[in-house]
Amino acid sequence: MSEQAASLRAPTRTPAFEARLKKRYAAERRFRIAGIAAIGFSIFVLAFLLVTMALNGIGGFQRAELTVPIDFTEAGLAGDRTSLAGTAGMQSLENQGLPEVVAFFAEQSLGEEAAAELGESAWREVAEAIIADPALLQREAVFELPATSDLAGGLSGEGSPEMQALAAQLAERGQLEKNFDIGFLQRSDATDPQQAGIWGALKGSMLTMIVTLLLAFPIGVMAALYLEEYAPKNRWTDIIELSINNLAAVPSIIFGLLGLAVFLTIFPNLRSAPLIGGMTLALMTLPVIVISGRNAIKAVPPSIRDGALAIGASPIQVVFHHVLPLALPGILTGTIIGMARALGETAPLLMIGMRVFVASPPEDFTSAATVLPMQIFLWSDEIDRGFVERTSAAIIVLLLFLLVMNGLAIYLRNKFEKKW
Amino acid sequence: MVTVVHPNLEDTEAKMSARDVSVFYGDKKAIDEVSIDIPTEYVTAFIGPSGCGKSTFLRALNRMNDTIPSARVEGTIELDGEDIYRSKMDVVQLRARVGMVFQKPNPFPKSIYDNIAYGPKIHGIAESKADLEEIVETSLRRAGLWDEVKDRLGDSGTALSGGQQQRLCIARAIAVDPEVILMDEPCSALDPIATAKIEELIDDLNGRYAIVIVTHSMQQAARVSQRTAFFHLGKMVEYGRTTDIFTNPLEERTKDYITGRYG
Repeated sequence: MSEQAASLRAPTRTPAFEARLKKRYAAERRFRIAGIAAIGFSIFVLAFLLVTMALNGIGGFQRAELTVPIDFTEAGLAGDRTSLAGTAGMQSLENQGLPEVVAFFAEQSLGEEAAAELGESAWREVAEAIIADPALLQREAVFELPATSDLAGGLSGEGSPEMQALAAQLAERGQLEKNFDIGFLQRSDATDPQQAGIWGALKGSMLTMIVTLLLAFPIGVMAALYLEEYAPKNRWTDIIELSINNLAAVPSIIFGLLGLAVFLTIFPNLRSAPLIGGMTLALMTLPVIVISGRNAIKAVPPSIRDGALAIGASPIQVVFHHVLPLALPGILTGTIIGMARALGETAPLLMIGMRVFVASPPEDFTSAATVLPMQIFLWSDEIDRGFVERTSAAIIVLLLFLLVMNGLAIYLRNKFEKKW
Repeated sequence: MVTVVHPNLEDTEAKMSARDVSVFYGDKKAIDEVSIDIPTEYVTAFIGPSGCGKSTFLRALNRMNDTIPSARVEGTIELDGEDIYRSKMDVVQLRARVGMVFQKPNPFPKSIYDNIAYGPKIHGIAESKADLEEIVETSLRRAGLWDEVKDRLGDSGTALSGGQQQRLCIARAIAVDPEVILMDEPCSALDPIATAKIEELIDDLNGRYAIVIVTHSMQQAARVSQRTAFFHLGKMVEYGRTTDIFTNPLEERTKDYITGRYG
């Protein structure tokens, strides 16, 4: 008996066993090193991407501006707060010859050659300043006005040698410099990269996302709740489940075609509208929310349902008092994933005409709009060097938007998360 | 096969009575024609080996089997003479009258206070906030938990120890003032000290509520119950006073089980 016990215990003391043990530890070390390497590589790639983007994008948030002092006392322009209100004010100033006034003072301070490189719509910025503060007309003021993209290119060391020389000369005199351009976040698309802004696309994205969220979240959650809690388990629900899983894998452009065929047939006047875009993206987001919602609901322990039922809660009370609050963090996670995908989506929106040049931000859900990824796509197609930087800047804005959206969702998720 | 009922059972008023109850899961018959009266003034214990159907039968008593789509019940179960399976029976009301405590403590992931207050709230039992607070205190006192938790009613119910959680669940069942409390192996997940406390509690509650307890432990059945029913393979083999069942079993299988020959 003792001999047998000894022989049973022996294998753990033999050199062969110890060699195997060493091998096992070595395998574990290799696995850990591989894991660290994988994480390190992904961090490196991410950092590379972000740094490249940031370096390129910083230029996109700036623009080349010419310094133009204007003495309005000599210009002979007239107007006060009431006569200059709104678009009529812009018109009135144009009729009174503001563009010529700006051109004149630019020529005086910068010289003929440089004044020609003043952005075409530079006078509009002067006009806006006057409309905001008509008292300007009684005094002298200094404006930082956008240069043409040719001159801006010259400042960055590109384009024709003459332009580079002119830019260098102006920069030396302190009359041309790159400034941070807050207007990039306030303006909309323009043909001139110096004039282009992201606000139109950003607002378009926001409006579209609002529509998507308002449609996809309640419908998706309700569908998930019904399928998980109420629906009988039979062939029909199996078919529905299969269809939803398939829908989640359908290429997004197909949803665009669906939006084109269905929504734009019903609302032909709403081409390019955030409403239609949001509805199309909601179709795409729905299956993601339904699937993640069902999984989250399934993960709620049945004992909680039993406990509630056993003290006489009705099925709907069980669902809304117990199951839904416990499943909400999981549902929100799925919603984040779905919404993030929708935010970055371009293809389906191409189909419903959101590939448009929108020079003014959309006013509501039914006006023509474009979205951030579409704007990036449009700008990346431009030849002008200025748009390359604008593209990078737009990408940064898109990523920040995504970050804010995800941050909000994670905050909500943690807020609702219960521990037990 | 008919249930052997001990002859020396005095006449008691039945709170619940089951007649020829069979429960099916799909085609499988889990309970076979069980008839039993549950008295108000005693604790009734269901004992038997695993898989004998005692929990299934218990869940039939407040229609918790309704949540299992394939489950089907035949025969009649009456509560105060009313058939609980008739079509007009309101399940919500039934479960408010016949409460249940489960094998694994399942407090809601809410505060201790909300755990107790939930039932009275949904049934509209409390008239005012003060009323509700009183119900919470009374229920916790009856469950013997008040002194341990009175200073932390806002803490999560899930932060309590296992035994405290189970007493919280009992308090939660008491809070809606049921007439019957069904307990499905309430101590199987608890240590001996917590078990002793639950058993003490069952003793205290005895008389106020009709109590039915399913248990694996024959010692527990002997300690807390006055009536015992022995289940085997979906049938109720023997029913009688607990002392009779344990000292003088009439059936061979009951004798084998309580002497530990199988189980």
